[in-house]
Amino acid sequence: MRDSHKNDRANARTREKGLWVMKTSTKALLGAAGLSLVATMASAATLDDVKARGVLKCAVNTGLAGFAAPNDKGEYTGFDVDYCRAVAAAIFNDPNKVEYTPTTAKDRFEVLANGTVDLLARNTTWTLSRDTTLKLNFAGINYFDGQGFMINAKKIPGVNSALQLSGAAVCVQTGTTTELNLADFFKANNLQYNPVVFEKLEEVNAAYDSGRCDVYTTDQSGLYSIRLTLTSPDDHVVLPEIISKEPLGPAVRHGDDQWLDIVRWTMNALVIAEELGITQANVEEMKASTNPEIRRVLGQEANSKFGADLGLSEDWVVNIIKAVGNYGEVFERNIGSGSPLKIARGLNALWTKGGLQYAPPIR
Amino acid sequence: MASVNAIDSDRGDRVSLIYNPVARAIFFQAVVFVGLLALIVWIVRNTVDNLERAGRNISFGFLNERAGFDIGQSLVPYSSDSTYIDALIVGLLNTLLIAFVGIITATIVGFLIGVGRLSRNWLIRKFCTVYVEVFRNIPPLLVIFFWYLGVLAILPQPRESLHLPFGMLLSNRGLAVPKPVWGEGAWLAGAALLLAIAMCVFVARRARARQMATGQRFPVFWTCIALLVGLPLLALVVMGFPVSFDVPVLGAFQTSGGMAIGPEFLALYLSLSLYTASFIAEIVRAGIRGVGKGQTEASFALGLRPGATTRLVVLPQAMRIIVPPLTSQYLNLTKNSSLAIAVGYPDLVSVGGTILNKSGNSIQIVAIWMVVYLSISLATSLFMNWFNTRVALVER
Repeated sequence: MRDSHKNDRANARTREKGLWVMKTSTKALLGAAGLSLVATMASAATLDDVKARGVLKCAVNTGLAGFAAPNDKGEYTGFDVDYCRAVAAAIFNDPNKVEYTPTTAKDRFEVLANGTVDLLARNTTWTLSRDTTLKLNFAGINYFDGQGFMINAKKIPGVNSALQLSGAAVCVQTGTTTELNLADFFKANNLQYNPVVFEKLEEVNAAYDSGRCDVYTTDQSGLYSIRLTLTSPDDHVVLPEIISKEPLGPAVRHGDDQWLDIVRWTMNALVIAEELGITQANVEEMKASTNPEIRRVLGQEANSKFGADLGLSEDWVVNIIKAVGNYGEVFERNIGSGSPLKIARGLNALWTKGGLQYAPPIR
Repeated sequence: MASVNAIDSDRGDRVSLIYNPVARAIFFQAVVFVGLLALIVWIVRNTVDNLERAGRNISFGFLNERAGFDIGQSLVPYSSDSTYIDALIVGLLNTLLIAFVGIITATIVGFLIGVGRLSRNWLIRKFCTVYVEVFRNIPPLLVIFFWYLGVLAILPQPRESLHLPFGMLLSNRGLAVPKPVWGEGAWLAGAALLLAIAMCVFVARRARARQMATGQRFPVFWTCIALLVGLPLLALVVMGFPVSFDVPVLGAFQTSGGMAIGPEFLALYLSLSLYTASFIAEIVRAGIRGVGKGQTEASFALGLRPGATTRLVVLPQAMRIIVPPLTSQYLNLTKNSSLAIAVGYPDLVSVGGTILNKSGNSIQIVAIWMVVYLSISLATSLFMNWFNTRVALVER
């Protein structure tokens, strides 16, 4: 068993940036030992543990602007952080009852597996091997990401598609799936390019900023975030093409269906609220709505027992929306038009508006 | 133990084996040998066991899989459809390239600086001292960063490339130089060059023999220059200049045409050459200082000028002091070329690292690295040892 864990963990890390297998193998060994311990620990009902503890433990990024980063008061804010706050609001009716654990790409699965945290909300791509061999359950997709390209529009004006990049020098981090997607994309489109590869993310940033390359490629959300750290962010534009699928979402451990349901339906409630036009500002008025769907979602129907079946109170959706707003509000505040990142909704628009955000109904 | 007992039984006229230095030496060597063997067996078995348990085998079959990634600089045709082994060959050739041109440049610069440190001219002497002290006392990685981030990165964008003589373009994408395109009949120039080299060797030998016999000298140097330049030129004229130059031009993103030398290569090449040159300079200085002062004085007394004294008397004797440590510096330069990874120059270590990361075959890749560097180093050593026997003092 331990050996299969070790092997599988290595596979599951294929998306980790610039990791040397030799380094990981020792870590994987420790991880394997950790995982075999976890199997016994994680069986307990997480909801009961969280309620007894009085606080939700949530793993977030150490610092990715817009997604999870401490603000000037030292409080964590961001898109992923709001999912932690939403779950806490659903349980405690208090979004501040969260204890954050900053994690790197390497140790994020470890802290979830060994029970240090209850929930992993850290721009993590949903893949098969993470689902099966790392024994994670992804609650859904809260951000549809994909690999994209960024260029300096001032230095190379007139380029508005990656297909115009023939002959360009492209900065990329070595040993990542990004590097391979890049080769595939340029080959498939019969374009020439000159790869400039570095081992560390900081080196790639520095090389691109100094003008060594015309193009920077990584996950699109990462490009928006990195753009903020460049010398003159306004000169750089992210091209519309997305050349790979990187669906990001919060994850929990295997073995606790009730807990998975709570996280999943918290996510769904955010999207449903946006569909129905329920916002942080109007949620109290909406409770008096005559629309049966809105009444049902907000727990205003007589003998409603959706919340109780989840193990929550009947006004759980009201608490969530009061705490963080609906999906659109969370998006715009942290990474959209209301933030320095200015990411367009794109794929993350509601399905009714040409995007992919779609939630099963509460009924 | 049995043998010790056997000896104990007939301790009559002979000393016990315990006090016999030969027997003791053999015993301890045997113990160390068995211990070492046991250690090696243990390590190998442990490795094999652990790999088996981890479900990994150590075959090299993965080298024939599709690489899937591109490499920025390659001396041979390579694409993402090539195999891992092709990628490793590209990396190896890049390593050899940087080692080869680096060693040549470092040797030339090192000799100039080393001789310069002994110059009578105050300015030259002090300049060379400062050069040596600066480069010798900075880690090579920092020198590489200095060239890459401090010098080459702040050059203008490709569109505003600096126009250098002979159609060369310099930008932060590197140096683009015209590429000669050999046309029909250009082979004759190459043949002429080979012929010129052969004639040079011949002339040098004849001149030497004549000087030994008659004392008369012959201007070998100038004759050779004339041969080396004149013959190929003559061949070109006869064939009607079948050479054209592919001159680099400013393209949409970077220069197109010509030959592009990337800033990663330039940074690594300049840093390693200049860094190693400072050590070579000290070796050269030590070699020259190691030749007795009486040799110079004797040479002057015979009427040789200072230039001829250095060339004919001092340097040949200095070479036998210089060459052995010079070999170490060449090996150092070759091995330091693995710092390429810091600036993204695709050398053997950098390319191997990518493959290691992608395929997970760490043991095989590390083994390949070690074998290749060992082979390069041993080959360099062999050549330098051969050269050393040539310059060693021949006693008559």
